[in-house]
Amino acid sequence: MFGAAAVGQSRWCLSQVKGAIDDDVAEADIISAVEFSHSGELLATGDRGGRIVIFQQEQESKNLPQGRAEYNVYSTFQSHEPEFDYLKSLEIEEKINKIRWLPQKNAAHFLLSTNDKTVKLWKISERDKRPEGYNLKEEDGRYRHPSSLTTLRVPVFQPMDLMVEASPRRVYANAHTYHINSISVNSDNETYLSADDLRINLWHLDFTDRSFNIVDIKPANMEELTEVITASEFHPLQCNTFVYGSSKGSVRLCDMRASALCDQHSKLFEEPEDPSTRSFFSEIISSISDVKFSHSGRYMMTRDYLTLKIWDLHMESRPVETYQVHGYLRSKLCSLYENDCIFDKFECCWRGDDSEVMTGSYNNFFRMFDRDAQRDVTLEASWENGSPGCSLKTWRVCAGSRRKRSEIGVDCLDFSRKILYTSWHPQDSIVALATVNNLYIFQEKPN
Amino acid sequence: KNNVNIKEIGPGMAGADSDDSLYPIAVLIDELRNEDVQLRLNSIKKLSTIALALGVERTRTELLPFLTDTIYDEDEVLLALAEQLGNFTMLVGGPEYVHCLLPPLESLATVEETVVRDKAVESLRKISHEHSPVDLEVHFEPLVKRLASGDWFTSRTSACGLFSVCYPRVSSTVKAEIRQHFRTLCSDDTPMVRRAAASKLGEFAKVLELEYVKSDIISLFTALASDEQDSVRLLAVEAGVSIATLLPQEDLEALVMPTLRQAAEDKSWRVRYMVADKFSDLQKAVGPEITKNDLVPAFQNLLKDCEAEVRAAAANKVKEFCENLPEDSRETIIMTHILPCVKELVSDTNQHVKSALASVIMGLSTILGKDNTIEHLLPLFLAQLKDECPEVRLNIISNLDCVNEVIGIRQLSQSLLPAIVELAEDAKWRVRLAIIEYMPLLAGQLGVEFFDEKLNSLCMAWLVDHVYAIREAATCNLMKLVEKFGAEWAQNTIVPKVLGMANDPNYLHRMTTLFCINALSEVCGQEITTKHMLPVVFKMSNDQVANVRFNVAKSLQKIGPVLDSNCLQTEVKPVLEKLASDQDMDVKYFAQEAISGSSTGLFMEKQCALFPLSKKCFRDTWLPKCFVQLFTKQTILLFILTPNLPAEPSCSVYHHLLNLSLGSHI
Repeated sequence: MFGAAAVGQSRWCLSQVKGAIDDDVAEADIISAVEFSHSGELLATGDRGGRIVIFQQEQESKNLPQGRAEYNVYSTFQSHEPEFDYLKSLEIEEKINKIRWLPQKNAAHFLLSTNDKTVKLWKISERDKRPEGYNLKEEDGRYRHPSSLTTLRVPVFQPMDLMVEASPRRVYANAHTYHINSISVNSDNETYLSADDLRINLWHLDFTDRSFNIVDIKPANMEELTEVITASEFHPLQCNTFVYGSSKGSVRLCDMRASALCDQHSKLFEEPEDPSTRSFFSEIISSISDVKFSHSGRYMMTRDYLTLKIWDLHMESRPVETYQVHGYLRSKLCSLYENDCIFDKFECCWRGDDSEVMTGSYNNFFRMFDRDAQRDVTLEASWENGSPGCSLKTWRVCAGSRRKRSEIGVDCLDFSRKILYTSWHPQDSIVALATVNNLYIFQEKPN
Repeated sequence: KNNVNIKEIGPGMAGADSDDSLYPIAVLIDELRNEDVQLRLNSIKKLSTIALALGVERTRTELLPFLTDTIYDEDEVLLALAEQLGNFTMLVGGPEYVHCLLPPLESLATVEETVVRDKAVESLRKISHEHSPVDLEVHFEPLVKRLASGDWFTSRTSACGLFSVCYPRVSSTVKAEIRQHFRTLCSDDTPMVRRAAASKLGEFAKVLELEYVKSDIISLFTALASDEQDSVRLLAVEAGVSIATLLPQEDLEALVMPTLRQAAEDKSWRVRYMVADKFSDLQKAVGPEITKNDLVPAFQNLLKDCEAEVRAAAANKVKEFCENLPEDSRETIIMTHILPCVKELVSDTNQHVKSALASVIMGLSTILGKDNTIEHLLPLFLAQLKDECPEVRLNIISNLDCVNEVIGIRQLSQSLLPAIVELAEDAKWRVRLAIIEYMPLLAGQLGVEFFDEKLNSLCMAWLVDHVYAIREAATCNLMKLVEKFGAEWAQNTIVPKVLGMANDPNYLHRMTTLFCINALSEVCGQEITTKHMLPVVFKMSNDQVANVRFNVAKSLQKIGPVLDSNCLQTEVKPVLEKLASDQDMDVKYFAQEAISGSSTGLFMEKQCALFPLSKKCFRDTWLPKCFVQLFTKQTILLFILTPNLPAEPSCSVYHHLLNLSLGSHI
């Protein structure tokens, strides 16, 4: 009886849905980045309107390991504004491409956010005291007559309601000719990289007026261009190592110790193409949309259009694990090409202990792969199927027509509803992911 | 708004209780929390005035607690505050109470902004000397411990800079604690703290007893020098240099050299770069024996490093390294070990390496003497003079004086000339500008004959360069040449050519004549100016181009002081008066300006910026500040930087230009 109920059910349950539940979605509200802070206490989302919303985990739920993961709005601010580049007659969107948290250095929190051209460093800090007492005016601003001044008053800090402030600390501009697709903070805590289509630059967090070019794949003649950089990340532990993925499906690992300019990679991770499945779309679907090191630093995960691959950094020839995210779409590539879905850039993420990985799909489905048990689930981000606290139903996509309640036919998938951005709490069994304009937070129930 | 600008108030007024004396202080205190950052900053910078008015008691009990909580402010305010507090001892009641300053500085030492933290640490170090030995143990040392064991790495990094100031003045038990704390920080989890510890290691070693340097510091140094983070290892190099100066010669080989040798061969080029960069210091620290045995081969390796950045850093040190070699074997070492590497660097693939070498290579000639220079170095100089990269050639030319002393410049002049001529005609105007700046120096070394024969024509050609900055530098160059060769030389060689340009069909060249006259009149003296230059200026007052005419007015104003008063009244004034009734408003203006003798041209500078638009001549004479020429694929855009133009009249011009240049985009 109990066993039967567990069939088709995961241990994951909906915790919260953020954002308006409305079919009419404003362009600016579309979420474009989701990222947990290093402690998991804060969760940041960025949107196409250039805004960043930060959620904070409720104190009570943090202290109870079994409690629900409740995140509430902590701070909202406008990170980027639309701009116009007059020299190139180019509009620069305010859309947030990536958010990366810095390791915490004092009571305040810091994050890097980027649009296509400019990276910014933001400080999010709390203030619970304010000075009181003026000499020449009342607290409400009315002026006091100077003749009433008989003694000097020094202001005193008094407690006040908690105020959260977000202030821009640095603006790292004018270093990218192409669109920035990745930023990644180095484990030395003082530098970070920013990657665009053809170049990767290295910045010191304290200096906005200079950056060093560490990778440049721009050919002398742009007509010879065959490959672009699509994602890049620093190794979590080795300060000298970073990787970048390309539109051709290969990942290069570079060692900054070897030389100042890392055009020569030290490792190339590439899987030979299977000639039997070669088609017009082969190159498009092999493009790397995300690359993430495992927390341990031993493995690296890459996401291309159809699969998720896990590589051992010691083996370049082929991935140690390959997971089909939505293999059933292979027959649909033609129509996905026509509606541009084939160019969607899905992100992927590791569980805190590296035992599981997660990535998004269409129809608001997301996939989780248990690496040890070789088990995978398809779950749906939806507020209709169950109230908060309920276990999520697992889905199966079948090629033909639907037979069971937990099955859905490929033709019934809604390609406009997709989960591109996902983030896993660094320690706990909590995941956050973005559908078009909603942020979903799920939590795993203990057995 | 009460933005009263307050003068410093002397201590005498502090006790007065009349409203009048309190008012300015009240304003200052209120502005400590003004919304305008600038006003807060002003108040913080006058903190001593506030403290004086409050007296020491209230400063301690009210002002300092307030400042301790003021850590949410802008960086610049916090920076000013941290600096002020370093000089606050007398204002809180003297050394007896100096520990009251610790709480605000402690909170400043934990903020995230590095400059603020560093300043707070600097102030803490300063006031540590004002603590009595007892206070140091009761108040200061506990603060260092608190910072060193703080939750956030910001406070722990700040602690690293404070150990060395309290260590010498505390009891031996506390000393042991301090050493323990420093050890802990050297193996901190975060690289930030390890970096801070590594950068302060040398300084801390200096205040430690020698036995502890050997027992503690060496192991810390070894650990930091093999840290997993490149950024920590490279800081350990500098610490190693400081430690080496502290140890007796016999211990160096065993305790420091293995680690330093390892650093010179580190996998990371940044660490090797650091070794190259600190090589001279290292050489001085380890002494002649180790230099001969260890550093020479290490230096050779750095000069041959696979990373260009490292080679460039090492190349920069070639001269200093050779200079500091032990005298008895200097020449042999250079000739057999260093020179072969240097020869390779002359034809390096990287131009930064070559230009770094070119900036020091000439210095070797004084070390090696005449014969070796002629035999071995001269071919290298000559090769570098022909280098494809102009920076290399420039660096050689700019250091010619070193060679001049040893072998005389004649040896070089045959190769020098083509190199100079080529640089003088380089397509990049910045290169031409750089070579012009060396002309007076070269002229001095080559002598007037050689100059007249070979270089004079170049100097004249620059006067008609198509870039204004070059023409401007060329006029300045003429002035310096005249200072060197004298007025008589000027009259015979330069002045006729300059004045000849007054008849040039190009108005820009005619204006150059005027600019030259401005520059030359003083060095040439009254006679030449009155006899030769003035008539030409007068003639140009009838020029058809208004730009020339108003520059005549400006020139007359400039050369006025050189002329005698009779000439001014009878000749210059009538010309200016005629110009003052010119039909062009700018000519009128400058003429009047010259007559009245006032020279406040700020307003007119702006008008000048607009002026060429109406005349439709967008030439580079018009202040580069106002126009920026931008090249795009399709077209050349002329763009006005609006702030340099007056708001009202420029609006239409600005839009017109924008439309013109951006076309369809508007």
